[in-house]
Amino acid sequence: MKPEDIIKQGECVYKKPTLLTDVNMHYCPGCSHGVVHKLIAEVIEEMGMEDKAIGVSPVGCAVFAYNYIDIDWVQAAHGRAPSVATALKRLNPDNLIFTYQGDGDLAAIGTCETIHAANRGENIAIIFINNAIYGMTGGQMAPTTLLGMKTATTPYGRRVDLNGHPLVMAPIMAQLDGTCYVTRQSVHTPVAVRKAKAAIRKAFENSMAGKGTSMVEIVSTCNSGWKLTPSQSNEWMVENMFKKYPLGDLKNE
Amino acid sequence: MESDIRLMKGNEALAHAMIRYGADGYFGYPITPQSEVLETLEAEMPWETTGMVVLQAESEVAAINMVYAGAGSGKAVCTSSSSPGMSLMQEGVSYIAAAELPALLINCMRGGPGLGTIQPSQADYFQTTKGGGHGDYRLIALAPSSVQEMCDFVALGWDLAFKYRNPAIILADGIVGQMMEKVVLPEPRRRRTQEELIKQCPWAATGKTKDRNRNVITSLELDAHAMEIINNNLQEKYKTIEDNEVCYEALNCDDCEYLLVAFGSMARICEKVMELARKQGLKVGLLRPITLWPFPSKAIGEIAKHTKGILVPELSAGQMIEDVKLAVNCSVEVRHFGRLGGVVPNPDEVLDALYNMMNK
Repeated sequence: MKPEDIIKQGECVYKKPTLLTDVNMHYCPGCSHGVVHKLIAEVIEEMGMEDKAIGVSPVGCAVFAYNYIDIDWVQAAHGRAPSVATALKRLNPDNLIFTYQGDGDLAAIGTCETIHAANRGENIAIIFINNAIYGMTGGQMAPTTLLGMKTATTPYGRRVDLNGHPLVMAPIMAQLDGTCYVTRQSVHTPVAVRKAKAAIRKAFENSMAGKGTSMVEIVSTCNSGWKLTPSQSNEWMVENMFKKYPLGDLKNE
Repeated sequence: MESDIRLMKGNEALAHAMIRYGADGYFGYPITPQSEVLETLEAEMPWETTGMVVLQAESEVAAINMVYAGAGSGKAVCTSSSSPGMSLMQEGVSYIAAAELPALLINCMRGGPGLGTIQPSQADYFQTTKGGGHGDYRLIALAPSSVQEMCDFVALGWDLAFKYRNPAIILADGIVGQMMEKVVLPEPRRRRTQEELIKQCPWAATGKTKDRNRNVITSLELDAHAMEIINNNLQEKYKTIEDNEVCYEALNCDDCEYLLVAFGSMARICEKVMELARKQGLKVGLLRPITLWPFPSKAIGEIAKHTKGILVPELSAGQMIEDVKLAVNCSVEVRHFGRLGGVVPNPDEVLDALYNMMNK
């Protein structure tokens, strides 16, 4: 018996978006990246923007995003994705331009570019994966690492006197005149996934409507970096991350 | 149609030449002595006429990455800066070279190191021709010595950049940028349509259509052997450029006994030095490299066969002299003359250095 004998078209409740390639993702099992990639692929398809979307991938775990979503991509130097997106959008105003950035990329090395692109009100969407750790390089402290959190470079926990405070980007972005939409979402439950997808869609629509900069922060897990199982990571995120980075819209104009 | 002849600064000529080339975008950050490039573009408002994008970025770092992105989508884009700003851009320059993107860069050099001075210098020769950023890459480097060449090298630089999918740089200095001269502006070209762009740059990130695979602008390849192949391909391209694009001006070199090798504004000073020497019956020639990379090594090597000595005057502690020495391979004495930190010599100083060389 073949799968199509069992699964009839009328019973199909879910299918992989066609924009997601068949390349095996390098992300760790339990990581949020795969879900967010899928949502972006779905939204681009549903908007019919397959031939207009150009993604900007960062340096960090998501550098290889271009292997997984079948659209054109420009891979940016570390932290420079908002500059790259700025030029892409200004020179190609009919295209859908979005960046996909981690916390190190967006909130440490690229803070300047992030704030200035948003302050200029560039018509781009920024997808911000905040998992409070540097995944790609092996679990070092991120600007968003919580106080007390153990990482490879804060082996006894992040301390204010040594490492300063966690940087909370969304309120900074929300108070800039150039942003139209700043929201925090997550993808740890089916309901959260649906909300995150709606947020991404809104951000993409804003950029095509010329409303300014949108940022969708996805509070995410990094179970490898956090040294927890995927399910423990979700619990830890809800208990700890959501206190510092509460979900919901900060700005919606 | 009558020629459009104007009197303007070199930096202003750069801006006018960009608009007339049919440029798609310029991204820059103010720094002396090249701020007139951005100022002129903002005053001309080309977005109202040709549709050219002009943007004052928040930093040189942002500007070069905007250029990376613009070139990555096949657009004719440019940035300009001066020495400290160019240092900030070097990571992006390496990325542009590695991703094989056709960008135009301009460095209007000032005296360094560090914050240095705003006076003219040629001390970024090493940075421009030997690397600057990380990795094995090359920039097609053009050295203008007049306002007319500032204007003309914009089109030449972009044409070469698109021909080889390689960044080209105009290596000017504070004198050429700031001095005013007569310049004949080129006939305006219209900007390419998107259809023409896609035909010219099928590799560009323009939005994936169903008739092709996705285009990814990246310089990342984790597999060492695959990365070596990418490097070898780059080196092959550089060899082709070296074989085909060397450009220089040779004045009085056929019979010269002593040769001056100088570029940019130093070459203008050396023209006067040559004239003064010739008046006294001394057979002095001048070779002015127009492409600093690829370097006119063969031409210098040939002229060296009938010369007694070569003087390399530079506004630096001696950088291009290394390439001249390699070109002549110890067959003849090669001496340096230089002023540093933004000081510009008068012709008599250079002439004295030439006399000293002649008298040993």
